[in-house]
Amino acid sequence: MPDHSGQKLAIVIVGSVDHGKSTLIGRLLHDTGSLPEGKFEALQAMSTKRGMPFEWAFALDAMQAERDQGITIDTARIRFATRKRDYIIIDAPGHREFLKNMVTGASAADAALLLVDAEEGVREQSRRHAYVLHLLGIRQVAVLVNKMDLVGFDADRFGKVAEAIRGNLNALDIEPTHIIPIAARDGDNLATKSQRMLWYQGPAVVDVLDEFHPRTRGIEAPLRLPVQDVYKFDQRRIIAGRIESGRLEAGQQILFSPSGKVVKIASVEAWNVPEPPTSAVAGAAVGITLDEQVFVERGEIISHVENPPVLTNVFRGKLFWLSKKPLEVGRSYTLKLATVEAPVVVEKIEKVIDTTDLGERQMERVERDEAAEVIFRSTRMLALDEYRSVPGTGRFVLVDDYLTVAAGLVSMEGYPDQRRQLAVKATNVHAVGHAVTREARTLRNGHAGGVLWLTGLSGAGKSTLALALERELFAKGWHVYVLDGDNVRSGLNRDLGFGPEDRAENIRRIGEVAALFADAGFLVVTSFISPYRTDRQRAREAAGERFREIYVKASLEACEARDPKGLYRKARSGAITDFTGIQAPYEEPEHPDVIVETDRQSEAECIEVLMNFVRQQFAI
Amino acid sequence: MSHLDELEAESVYVLREAFAKLERPAILWSLGKDSNVVLWLTRKAFFGHVPFPVMHVDTGKKFKEMYAFRDRYAKEWNLNFIREECPPVEMTDPTLPPAARSAARKTLGLKAALAKHQFTGLVAGIRRDEEAIRAKERYFSPRSEDGSWNLKDQPPEVFEQYMTSFPPGVHVRIHPLLHWTELDIWRYTKRENIPAIDLYFAKNGMRYRSLGDEDITKPVPSTASTIDEIIAELETTKVAERSGRAMDHEAEDSFERLRATGYL
Ligand SMILES: Nc1nc2c(ncn2[C@@H]2O[C@H](COP(=O)(O)OP(=O)(O)OP(=O)(O)O)[C@@H](O)[C@H]2O)c(=O)[nH]1
Ligand SMILES: [Mg+2]
Repeated sequence: MPDHSGQKLAIVIVGSVDHGKSTLIGRLLHDTGSLPEGKFEALQAMSTKRGMPFEWAFALDAMQAERDQGITIDTARIRFATRKRDYIIIDAPGHREFLKNMVTGASAADAALLLVDAEEGVREQSRRHAYVLHLLGIRQVAVLVNKMDLVGFDADRFGKVAEAIRGNLNALDIEPTHIIPIAARDGDNLATKSQRMLWYQGPAVVDVLDEFHPRTRGIEAPLRLPVQDVYKFDQRRIIAGRIESGRLEAGQQILFSPSGKVVKIASVEAWNVPEPPTSAVAGAAVGITLDEQVFVERGEIISHVENPPVLTNVFRGKLFWLSKKPLEVGRSYTLKLATVEAPVVVEKIEKVIDTTDLGERQMERVERDEAAEVIFRSTRMLALDEYRSVPGTGRFVLVDDYLTVAAGLVSMEGYPDQRRQLAVKATNVHAVGHAVTREARTLRNGHAGGVLWLTGLSGAGKSTLALALERELFAKGWHVYVLDGDNVRSGLNRDLGFGPEDRAENIRRIGEVAALFADAGFLVVTSFISPYRTDRQRAREAAGERFREIYVKASLEACEARDPKGLYRKARSGAITDFTGIQAPYEEPEHPDVIVETDRQSEAECIEVLMNFVRQQFAI
Repeated sequence: MSHLDELEAESVYVLREAFAKLERPAILWSLGKDSNVVLWLTRKAFFGHVPFPVMHVDTGKKFKEMYAFRDRYAKEWNLNFIREECPPVEMTDPTLPPAARSAARKTLGLKAALAKHQFTGLVAGIRRDEEAIRAKERYFSPRSEDGSWNLKDQPPEVFEQYMTSFPPGVHVRIHPLLHWTELDIWRYTKRENIPAIDLYFAKNGMRYRSLGDEDITKPVPSTASTIDEIIAELETTKVAERSGRAMDHEAEDSFERLRATGYL
């Protein structure tokens, strides 16, 4: 008796365009008696109407456009059963234009059949599909060398193609379970062994299917239950979600991440079941109630206390890019991982991989159909897992402008779990009576707040550097803001003139405002001549340990030669008085934290110095 | 987990996503076996509650048994029930074959109902195994402003992450039963004891496998008069489920044309 009550196995059929994927499925359905009555005649009619010989592919290629062009556009799924068990067969398009549909199909598969045309051999798109399998973590792959009729059922030709594709797969760490010569259109080696290739000793396709194993959600793995929603339809407050891995039981203590709340499961809820459940396992869509009413929301991940997910605001994604618009450093996308949705910024593209030859390059962007390893930073703490330990909470998609533009897996190699840091800080939270601490802001932002106080002569390049630095940091996801004469003089300090007292007061206020910004978690870049040490010292006192003095140095001659606003000229002519460097002194910083010399270094060099300094001083 | 438990969990997950992410979703209730399972799964998902309006877009040409069923269970299941009517057949595309025009009425009715209630999502009980074009559907399938389906450029659906946000004007069809087969539906109907309309059971050697408008739906030869017998019949039959639905068979492309312009 076949066992149709157990888990279904999903198999995706991949390979280059026209290598016979849809034909294989259509013919397999026919040869196993799975086509409904009249379907064969209908296929016949469709083929005749288009003046084609019989096309098995039309069983899958249902769109008019697909039939007219003899090409699969979108992936299709059909149910199929062997004597052993139930299958979902996923047809994938081979044409490069429809790779996103192939990824859609393949992402649902437990195993894959990779087709290669015996005559054409391994094509670029065969290798690209193999890479997608590798990236999606599909490790069970059998290769079918199709259209053996076109090469006279020649064993040598088969051997050559088999060797080539085996080499490609091995480079991706995939060992094909079998390599089978077939003629899909004629049914050779599909449901039964072919009489036309007696040199082939191995199994037929159907027997190979039955050897694959389903990729199950691990029941023995650590518990992960992403919160999908919280319901209050009646007196019960039910936390709903699907268990990605592990198991839970009423009475157990659970931890919500990233919020860190710990409570007990009061009950497991269900409707219309013979007996109310007290436990649930991976795969189940459950509801639980808690013994204590805590505030939790969609996006948190429930685990046991002793085996929680990773907490981090930075992670590496090994991804496949699906969009025509390239992925770029500094751009922001919406991350969807389990039930969480959060904006993330591309901090760095570590490498771009050409999926056809596995060549790696250093690039600033990732184009469509390319794979890449990318570092993402989120402004808020994320709970997630290494894909290899818990697949369900270790894989993600990126959304841009409503559309899914990437699918990827999480790799945390080289990045620490921030949970311990948070746990220490969390004790402080109690000490200061639940106020949001500086540490908490730092963790969420991914950097500490602080003041970069740029000082230097007029024309030394403070504003230029301040604005360039702001752009750079902002693109990398930093919370950064420039305070300069323009935005301060027009509002906050509107009441101040340019006499000595007013100038001192101007700088005092700026020092205080910068300190508040720093408290709020921002990195503030101030851009003022601020010629007096005492004034700068006061600003340092306001911001405390987060204050850094940056001396933007250039000789008076150089500044005067630049004279971007014509102020030196006016000062020399006496049209303005008390001008720093001409009539009034500029007191050089005694111990600046950084000196950039704009008359000796290029702007890019200065920015590089400043970026490195900022990362080293303020990033976590 | 058993096969049926897995199917159920998948559907419950989809329904909960719809509830969590969409502003104004509604369930389409065609009164047949599939949409009854959708309602049942909704109550599973929301612990006995149906937190969506349930809409029947009425062609006025259903079997009287279907209307009786509707009126009874709308009350018994405590549904927030909405009935909307379809326009006359003269308003449909005259180039379509006759039965397809009849089906197209429903598309027009659907459009009018959408505009009236401003729904942003419609839950429909279609399955991949019913029809080859439906085998290419997504769980969350966007429809443009005029209701049309761009089947040549569907959004990726990867890692059970569905398209849940849309530009203004676009609505989405949600298909929680996409991965079920006809056999699954009956096995689940039996396990859960879900009520089914009498027309599905054989009388005088005939029964309906799929219920649509009375004038374009034909019964098929069968002796299956209980759910168990239906299950046994489906385990061996080679007759396609929708073989009794005239609109599918008038021309090779009728179903695709219907769907592309907004039919379910
Ligand atoms: N001679 C020969 N032709 C075959 C065989 N299998 C498939 N074909 C033909 O190859 C052509 C392409 O087959 P399809 O099944 O549409 O190819 P596909 O891989 O599904 O193509 P895409 O989905 O568009 O990537 C059709 O004309 C088939 O009839 C075979 O075993 N021998
Ligand atoms: Mg194909």
